[in-house]
Amino acid sequence: MTNSPLSEGVVAGRLSGAELTENFADLHPALDTHEALVAADRCYFCHDAPCMEACPTDIDIPLFIRQIATGTPEAAARTILSQNILGGMCARVCPTETLCEEVCVREVAEGKPVKIGELQRYATDTLMASGEHPFERAPATGKKVAVVGAGPAGLSCAHRLATYGHDVTVFDGRAKPGGLNEFGIASYKSVDNFAAREVDWLLKIGGITVETGKRLGDGLSLASLQADYDAVFLGLGLGGVNALGVEGEDKSGVDDAVDFISDLRQASDLAGVEIGRDVVVIGGGMTAVDAAVQAKLLGALNVSLVYRRGRDRMNASVFEQDLAASKGVRIITNASPVAIHGNGSVREIEFEYTDDDLNATGQTVRLAADQVFKAIGQTLVGDGLPDLDGGKIAVDGTGRTSVLGIWAGGDCATGGDDLTVTAVAEGRDAAEDMHQSLA
Amino acid sequence: MADLTSDFIGIKSPNPFWLASAPPTDKEYNVRRAFEAGWGGVVWKTLGEEGPPVVNVNGPRYGAIHGADRRLLGLNNIELITDRPLEVNLEEMTRVKRDYPDHALIASVMVPCEEDAWKKILPMIAETGCDGFELNFGCPHGMAERGMGSAVGQVPDYIEMVARWCKEATDLPVIVKLTPNITNILYPAEAALRGGADAVSLINTINSITSVNLDVMSPEPMIDGKGTHGGYCGPAVKPIAMNMVAEIARNPETANLPISGIGGITTWRDAAEFMALGAGNVQVCTAAMTYGFKIVQEMISGLSQWMDEKGYTSTSDFVGMATPNVTDWQYLNLNHITKAEINQDDCIKCGRCYAACEDTSHQAIEMSEDRVFTVKDDECVACNLCVNVCPVEGCITMRTLEPGEMDERTGQPVAAEYGNWTVHPNNPSVQAAE
Ligand SMILES: Cc1cc2nc3c(=O)[nH]c(=O)nc-3n(C[C@H](O)[C@H](O)[C@H](O)COP(=O)(O)OP(=O)(O)OC[C@H]3O[C@@H](n4cnc5c(N)ncnc54)[C@H](O)[C@@H]3O)c2cc1C
Ligand SMILES: Cc1cc2nc3c(=O)[nH]c(=O)nc-3n(C[C@H](O)[C@H](O)[C@H](O)COP(=O)(O)O)c2cc1C
Ligand code: SF4
Ligand code: SF4
Ligand code: SF4
Repeated sequence: MTNSPLSEGVVAGRLSGAELTENFADLHPALDTHEALVAADRCYFCHDAPCMEACPTDIDIPLFIRQIATGTPEAAARTILSQNILGGMCARVCPTETLCEEVCVREVAEGKPVKIGELQRYATDTLMASGEHPFERAPATGKKVAVVGAGPAGLSCAHRLATYGHDVTVFDGRAKPGGLNEFGIASYKSVDNFAAREVDWLLKIGGITVETGKRLGDGLSLASLQADYDAVFLGLGLGGVNALGVEGEDKSGVDDAVDFISDLRQASDLAGVEIGRDVVVIGGGMTAVDAAVQAKLLGALNVSLVYRRGRDRMNASVFEQDLAASKGVRIITNASPVAIHGNGSVREIEFEYTDDDLNATGQTVRLAADQVFKAIGQTLVGDGLPDLDGGKIAVDGTGRTSVLGIWAGGDCATGGDDLTVTAVAEGRDAAEDMHQSLA
Repeated sequence: MADLTSDFIGIKSPNPFWLASAPPTDKEYNVRRAFEAGWGGVVWKTLGEEGPPVVNVNGPRYGAIHGADRRLLGLNNIELITDRPLEVNLEEMTRVKRDYPDHALIASVMVPCEEDAWKKILPMIAETGCDGFELNFGCPHGMAERGMGSAVGQVPDYIEMVARWCKEATDLPVIVKLTPNITNILYPAEAALRGGADAVSLINTINSITSVNLDVMSPEPMIDGKGTHGGYCGPAVKPIAMNMVAEIARNPETANLPISGIGGITTWRDAAEFMALGAGNVQVCTAAMTYGFKIVQEMISGLSQWMDEKGYTSTSDFVGMATPNVTDWQYLNLNHITKAEINQDDCIKCGRCYAACEDTSHQAIEMSEDRVFTVKDDECVACNLCVNVCPVEGCITMRTLEPGEMDERTGQPVAAEYGNWTVHPNNPSVQAAE
């Protein structure tokens, strides 16, 4: 270890390998069987359960928890996966505190929800560990479907179509499938290469061909896909990032948070990932929190997360905010960036204090920074796409776009929050509609 | 502070909590620690004849039923009477009684159904200084096959006969322990009374199979691929035991026969309930086996707090107070009308009351779009199912309608006077009499 948290500049190896291993361990370690049974016993098996209503994929939560409680976690996993084929990843990354667990009646009654997410992981891990794929593909229909984007939306769509016997080709511009499961989700939420293992397991259904390194708009056109396939699904996610639009943004050390996270996720050795001593993250969502927390875990001395409005307006949940605070991230609110200073490389970043309506107050503050991460939102990229609405592909409730034969879902499409689980739901529902129209 | 000291058929103990004859009372080491922990008395693990003792299985002895969080609700065992030599037990009992003269020490006994056997062993045991005898006619397994235990307890004539032999053989009090594995508990209780027994204790364990191993296809506990019925005890048997206690307490013939209540007693409240139904004291086995001897401290503090709150100064103040209110169904007041009522502040909106009433009862609960649950008075038959399935205690209660108030289900005003089945117009025998 040549460097320490005190080392100046953007450098690698601030912490020892052992420290890094500990820092990037599972955020919520898997429940063992005893813990799972204790947790499952707390479920009341509610009628028309509120938790189920709150799940974007409508998983029958009381049923799967009862299946765990009666010693059949594999059956529980089938209940989960039949609604949400990425139930394993969702169990790890869903902000359950704002979904199912927020409305669990035991949260209402005691402030302590049933651990739905962790139980879901227990069930799906158990089944996946057996190597079994619980679904069977229907006899081949001879229909061909193109799916663009191998993120949660595309994979969920592809799997559902494959179970109906259609032949699916999934194109993705990146070198690996998985979308943000592989390149975006915080490391400590998805350890042990889970994203890739889950994709391999999902593909066991058969009938799905994944073509990586194939980018729509770069040798692959929508027109050709429409000509060669019976239907097309777009699950492009949001490939672009918003710029700050302030002076000095081009200085070295000013990076996109998603690129930092993606490099971190793909790094074979965390000790080789460079990080600044004084890191400032701009934004108030999950991406900002993930970047700030992981910067801290890599050994940055000071990490500040700066958001332009008040805490209650942050997109990151209270749980995420508390997680950041517990790791030592300083959260600064009501401050908007106005300039980035430095000679070639960033040295300082200047903010102006703002009220909740973003009115400038005239008071400014400068923070030392040798690295700045921008996490102020992602944008859709691509030309010649179906009609957009507010920067996303306009879809109806079944994922149909303005173009006949083209469906879309996930982050790139309108409707729902930008969450893994929402992308899975939209991909699945679009597949159902595509199947109907292919019949 | 309430006085918990107990005098049961002349046997005095610091409190009414005795350990029942079972593993907790199988040896000196246990009994000393039980007394130190606060137990008022013990019924020593059942003694058998002189000579080579019985042998127990060397595989598992217990099976169990669990509730949420693996709370032990029911235990089943295939253990026999003490498997230690009689002399060893007698020596230990002598030492314990010498050191704890104020605590009750009862000898449980089971020998073959022969006059000599009983008449020989009782005086021998009496030399330990024990305070009385409990005749084990209850053990449902192992001993019954040898013509002892419940094999005797199921034949009232044998009970009467053995009880009489024992009364002839000793001046000490004799308690007959009853088996619940019989259709009518009054027959053995009356037989014990006829035989001169000073008291009955009940219940012993219930014939049972708690679970089946679905891989081996054998009952559990499983010994080398086979199982046998065992004796069931613990919280699950409490309702059965209490009914039997109440039946004996309210039966005119046995109404004055003292009862030592046993079966599933786990808390002070369980004990108070048995005693309210007519038990003069109580015996505990499974609760001690589950949680250790220390639970008696909660039983003592809880019972005395409750007695203070109620103004009872001694346990005899409330023993049997609930007995007169145990009646036959036909005497229940059919003009007493209640309706379920949901306290919306306490409701956590789980919907269990709705599922229960809608699917299996009287479709008397309404569920609104935003999950507000309300009782439809015009459908509610007051069955109480919703109260029992609601996870929040006290959230649903039964409100008694005042006389004159309209019962919206029947459209009739509530009658002020008492009216039971014996006078109800739908009762064929009432019509026949007219
Ligand atoms: C840093 C970060 C952390 C997050 N953390 C969480 C979290 O903890 N929990 C949660 O629920 N959600 C989280 N999210 C959101 C979640 O990751 C997304 O909502 C989800 O991945 C959307 O799935 P998708 O399939 O629509 O898009 P993506 O996952 O973005 O997948 C889109 C795929 O399409 C490919 N693609 C894009 N354009 C083209 C093209 N032109 N041709 C071919 N392929 C293309 C991409 O390479 C990518 O593989 C996070 C997001 C980020 C950025
Ligand atoms: C393992 C075990 C062994 C028992 N052995 C005896 C016994 O030797 N003699 C006896 O009279 N009752 C015996 N019993 C029955 C108990 O004394 C008691 O009647 C019964 O367990 C019900 O009380 P409980 O629900 O508090 O356990 C035994 C019970 C258990 C669990
Ligand atoms: S709301 Fe909570 S208690 Fe009710 S079914 Fe869902 S997880 Fe179980
Ligand atoms: S008391 Fe019975 S009938 Fe009345 S609401 Fe409850 S469950 Fe329904
Ligand atoms: S069972 Fe109880 S807590 Fe649940 S909805 Fe009904 S009244 Fe409310």
